[in-house]
Amino acid sequence: MRFIVRKITVLKALVLALGLSLGAQAPASIDTYEFSDPGQEALYLDLIQELRCLVCQNQNIADSNAELAQDLRRKTYEMVKKGENKDQIVEFMVARYGDFVMYSPPFKATTLMLWVGPVLIFVLAVAMLIRVIRRRPSSNDRLLSEEQRQRAEQLLNQTEEK
Amino acid sequence: MNKSRAFIPLMAFLALAGLFYFVLMKMNKGEYNPRDIPTEFIGRPAPNIDLPNLLVENDRVKSSDYAGKVWLLNIWGTWCPECWKEHDYLMYLSRQGIPILGIDWRDEKADAIDFLKQKGNPFVEVGFDPNSDAAIDWGVYGAPETFLIDAEGIVREKHAGALYPQVWEEKFAKYFQAQKPTE
Repeated sequence: MRFIVRKITVLKALVLALGLSLGAQAPASIDTYEFSDPGQEALYLDLIQELRCLVCQNQNIADSNAELAQDLRRKTYEMVKKGENKDQIVEFMVARYGDFVMYSPPFKATTLMLWVGPVLIFVLAVAMLIRVIRRRPSSNDRLLSEEQRQRAEQLLNQTEEK
Repeated sequence: MNKSRAFIPLMAFLALAGLFYFVLMKMNKGEYNPRDIPTEFIGRPAPNIDLPNLLVENDRVKSSDYAGKVWLLNIWGTWCPECWKEHDYLMYLSRQGIPILGIDWRDEKADAIDFLKQKGNPFVEVGFDPNSDAAIDWGVYGAPETFLIDAEGIVREKHAGALYPQVWEEKFAKYFQAQKPTE
């Protein structure tokens, strides 16, 4: 009996795990927006990938089911349907939510550190690494003088004899 | 030389610890919120509002009716805990004669009407925005948010989160002092 119960729990867990992994692959958006023009559909799908969910902040609105993300998808859909192009829609969103709404922020003065910072830190780290390596005594250098080496040998031999 | 070098990691640790402490203190005091998105609207003309009136059938709430006045825009919803918290203070402000236009955002109509009946209505008018039309136009990403619009129709201030006396004194009070003596 107990065995059966456990078996069922394991089965449940497996089904759950499977469901979760499948769920993770499927897009969160379940909106059924229809496009007569495949170009518009492509634009819509492209835009919802690039626009950030302002609520969750580390998701785009395609992946998020936050209510605001749903509404932003609808807004995007409406604008695409109206025949507005990518620049117009991006401009509309940035005017309201700032550069942060773009998942990949534009390269400009205020976002300079964002783009250049990691490269700078990397270069700095490599430079420091090179310095440290250069300072390390090479293996050819004698660590012990001849006198010290003999004494060390003597000591080692003593312990072996004991 | 080696001795002083040994202290470098300690110094780096202390510097970082100091920095983290400083930032956390700011967050605790509510002076800094890392999730805050800087608003794009300060100094820009206020977006137009034209929404159905929550409390009056077949009426519309229009921001154009407020031209020439200094007024507050408050975005709220009964689903938002911070909105419940700030409600008493909004009531206080409205008693002081501060005109507040409310936008009930992504809410159930009946819930919202009930809320205002039970807790009082601090708003001159309440627009009903179930589909985020106005919210998106104002770059709103959470509730409550409060904007101040001056007599020229320019957005002057914005506060994300509940409105408390301290925030009011720091950001908003000065715009009303010129108009009328407070208390």
